[in-house]
Amino acid sequence: MSVFTTLLLRDIRLAARSGGSAALALSFFALVATLVPLGVGADLHLLARVAGGVLWVGAVLSALLSLDRLFQGDFEDGSLDVIALAPLPLELTALAKIAAHWLSTGLPLTLLSPLLALLFNLPGHATAILFVSLLIGTPAVSAIGAIGASLTLSLKRGGLILPLIILPLLSPAVIFGAGAVQATLDGMAAGSALGLLAAFALASVLLSPFAAAACVRLNLGG
Amino acid sequence: MNFDMGSYGIYIWPAYGVSAVAIIGAIVWTVTSWRRAKAKLAALEKRNP
Amino acid sequence: MNFLFRYANPHEFMRLSGAVLPVLAIATALCFSIGLYLGFSVPPDYQQGTTVALMFIHVPADVVAELAYGAIAVCSLLSLVWRHPLSDTAARAAAPFGALFTALGLITGALWGKPMWGTYWVWDARLTSFLLLLFLYFGYMALWNAIEDETRAARACAILALVGVVNIPIIKFSVDWWSTLHQGESIMAGKIAPVYLAPLLIMMLGYTLLFVTLWMVRIRTAILERRARNLMQQAAS
Repeated sequence: MSVFTTLLLRDIRLAARSGGSAALALSFFALVATLVPLGVGADLHLLARVAGGVLWVGAVLSALLSLDRLFQGDFEDGSLDVIALAPLPLELTALAKIAAHWLSTGLPLTLLSPLLALLFNLPGHATAILFVSLLIGTPAVSAIGAIGASLTLSLKRGGLILPLIILPLLSPAVIFGAGAVQATLDGMAAGSALGLLAAFALASVLLSPFAAAACVRLNLGG
Repeated sequence: MNFDMGSYGIYIWPAYGVSAVAIIGAIVWTVTSWRRAKAKLAALEKRNP
Repeated sequence: MNFLFRYANPHEFMRLSGAVLPVLAIATALCFSIGLYLGFSVPPDYQQGTTVALMFIHVPADVVAELAYGAIAVCSLLSLVWRHPLSDTAARAAAPFGALFTALGLITGALWGKPMWGTYWVWDARLTSFLLLLFLYFGYMALWNAIEDETRAARACAILALVGVVNIPIIKFSVDWWSTLHQGESIMAGKIAPVYLAPLLIMMLGYTLLFVTLWMVRIRTAILERRARNLMQQAAS
């Protein structure tokens, strides 16, 4: 089994063990989806109109929860030093961690979204677009989140700064993702929004490992 | 110069006011921290030449 | 590149900046005086009435907001790639001013928005982008303060700044795209009548000179602070 796959599976296993990051993220996501109607009222027409944005923001925030531990666990017990010495380039290590994070957080959130869309009275075709947009977009959240995680690696309370750093950078994902849902509701094609989202996600996943690896190196070397 | 802004004055003067306060504040802060740093360095240099 | 490295030496920088600073300060004051005088002498605009006066303090603030981030990005690049010693100090010094002018741009923009569109805040593409820029500045400054080791902090922030600068065009594009979905063209764009051009350009120059002057003083201050820290460490050992 390649080093990449080993790392990937290891990280997923770790995520599942340490309080089940998927369970935490899913619960948080569901809570957000519950709180918003409590806040804005139960007007189903209104909820359907805001569903795209609310669920997208909820998914991003939920995915954030486990990000600060992305590198920190390994950094603290010294495993990161060992991993950095492995024959696998640090960029690929970062990519493995991003993939593991997405599989244990972004993907479950995506799978839960149709159920939550139901709570918001989102019509079927819009729900399908929401699902697709989250499927395409949540990898970007993991990727850009990994940059934030590697930057705040050495901080004990880095979890507070991490959202501040990466949420502005994630605004295109929210805009395009929710925009796709909005377009569907307005009877227009979601193609351009989804296309832009896909481009953004692809670019993030391809480029983030380089930035994340650079940050990890700087934290290990110092 | 024309200072009669008509009904828009209520927006224009606060905007100019905030800008003035911010800019003057920035200048004061910058100059003060410069002077403080200079004084501190001078004191330290006197102690260990 | 060699030109830049000649002034990488803190002593050289102190010498040069000390000479240039009075000139910059005077130029700044001149620009503000002339700009404000002209700004208050122009006739009211056909569409905007006297609120055109807000353009002379809003647009320059926006210009500096973006200029400062550009400066931070360039310094970050110099720091990471060419290991230019003074760049980290310079980058950190620019951030508070960038944030300040971004906030000023938002406030003046909101006050300009009320008479124009009826509400203080309209999710106009430009204002929204600047709001996100403000958060980018906050994140940058927060990261500097959070990481204790100075060298690490400098490198991390340099990476953050470069990631940010790559993202900013994407963010602007996406906000633009989003805004045209909801309300058509940005209302603040549009042609400027020639009579307003002179005060606008002079104020833009004035704000820029102000930023450069303040920035330079901040860098000088940081250099002195570091010298003081070194002396204290020497005395302690």
